[in-house]
Amino acid sequence: MVLQSVLALILLNHLRKIARASALPASWRQLLMLGTCTAIALIAIYYAVPGSKPLVALLTLALQAALHYVVFTKKQFSQAKPLTYAFLPVVVVNLLHNLVKFIGSDFFEGWNVYFGAAELFALIWMVAMLIFNNKQAKKQEKERLKNEEKERALKITEQLKAELEVQVQERTAQITQQKEALEHTLNELKSTQAQLIQSEKMASLGELTAGIAHEIQNPLNFVNNFSEVSEELIKELVEEMEKGNAIDVKAIAADLVQNLQKINHHGKRADAIVKGMLQHSRSSTGVKEPADVNALADEYLRLAYHGLRAKDKSFNAGMKTNFDTTIGNINIVPQDIGRVILNLITNAFYAVTEKKKTAQAGSYEPVVTVTTKKINKQVQIIVSDNGNGIPQKMIDKIFQPFFTTKPTGQGTGLGLSMSYDIVTKAHAGQLTVTTVENEGASFTITLPA
Amino acid sequence: MKILVVDDETDVQALFEQRFRKEIRSGEMQFVFAFSGEDALTYLEAHEHEAVLILSDINMPGMSGLQLLEHIKQKYHKPPPIVMMITAYGDEENYNMAKQLGADDFLTKPVDFNHLKEKLKTSV
Repeated sequence: MVLQSVLALILLNHLRKIARASALPASWRQLLMLGTCTAIALIAIYYAVPGSKPLVALLTLALQAALHYVVFTKKQFSQAKPLTYAFLPVVVVNLLHNLVKFIGSDFFEGWNVYFGAAELFALIWMVAMLIFNNKQAKKQEKERLKNEEKERALKITEQLKAELEVQVQERTAQITQQKEALEHTLNELKSTQAQLIQSEKMASLGELTAGIAHEIQNPLNFVNNFSEVSEELIKELVEEMEKGNAIDVKAIAADLVQNLQKINHHGKRADAIVKGMLQHSRSSTGVKEPADVNALADEYLRLAYHGLRAKDKSFNAGMKTNFDTTIGNINIVPQDIGRVILNLITNAFYAVTEKKKTAQAGSYEPVVTVTTKKINKQVQIIVSDNGNGIPQKMIDKIFQPFFTTKPTGQGTGLGLSMSYDIVTKAHAGQLTVTTVENEGASFTITLPA
Repeated sequence: MKILVVDDETDVQALFEQRFRKEIRSGEMQFVFAFSGEDALTYLEAHEHEAVLILSDINMPGMSGLQLLEHIKQKYHKPPPIVMMITAYGDEENYNMAKQLGADDFLTKPVDFNHLKEKLKTSV
């Protein structure tokens, strides 16, 4: 009977371990503790109190039954099943043995050998099961360790992943910052470009001022002179009237009419020049309006010529115009196209001046020619010079911003690139160049008529 | 006295004809006009020694007044006509150049016609 109690104790111990490991409620642990105490108490009573054997056996049986019941019905303790499989035969055989012994000793005497054998087998079974369970447990332990290893590896991987994530975020932040810095720089560049374009306009206006002053001075001189002369004429007119000289009166009156027309003509000329200057300095409206390209080309040719003349006293060049008078008005932004024409003419004058510097005296006649043509539905404005031409290796670069052959500080390198943009982007036209080295260059603006 | 006026502004003709109307009417002065340096040379070749005085603008497209002056002073030796230069740019460089090439006088625009009249009368 002691065997039964000892087995119960082992089972209870095992169950308590399970309860501890899986953190079952305290009530379970108390119950299991109570079971353990009961088993110990039963063993104690068995030895201490003679004649208590039948009662102890009954109680032990009840305890075993309760334990097995718990193991087989409560999921929480299913881990203890292998242990009960090992104990069960011993418990049952022992139970039967005692039961038989208890019921009838005669019968028992006859079957004692069998019971002994059964108990032996049950014990062998128990040992075998325990060994097997132990092996299983070791195997499970191994697997558990393996899983733990796996989990640890997984944890490391996750940690690495997290670190990587942080790094990626840091890099993203850096890149975003760089992108913002670049955008900022781009905006700065854009505004610098706008400023440069404005200063290019102002620079070309500066080049024009002397020309403009000269161009205004001439008509003003005429206005002053013709008005002064007219004053004298009127005095004469009065004298002749007093003399009654009708023929001379008529002649003087005719001269006066002519003078007033001249005054008016030159006044308008000065007016147009001032308007042109204002238009040139104003930022472009970008609005296309019908304009006379011949008048525009003529105006800027004169302005450029006198501008350069005022700057460089030794400068002189022939100007030829070859205008197609059938063109009429075409739709353009006058100040923009004017700027392009001015730029091309200024370049042409610069080219012939450069050539003149190196040419033998008297052997070279600088000439700048402005030609307009109407071909089908297109209008061409051609500015040609007989300067040194453009070297073939530079041809590709001349329309690039900031490309200049002039000494530092003398050219912005924006003239032709701005001209190119004005003609091709804003007017859907073309700006092309043909050149023969040492013989000259010819720029052609082609605009839709 | 025949005076050749060289200027690329064609309205100078009307202006001179009126400014000097009395002198022209009295036959004291006679004016001819050329509107470029090249025109002036052509005229001078065709009418040698007719013009005794040449009034030329310096700043003209093509042949400049200074080039014209050089031609005249080199070609027409006996007697060389009087050449007066007129320019809107009254700078030293132009002045020195004109003097060096043999200009007899140098005027700046705007021309004072009373002053010019005096000069013309005394120089011939």
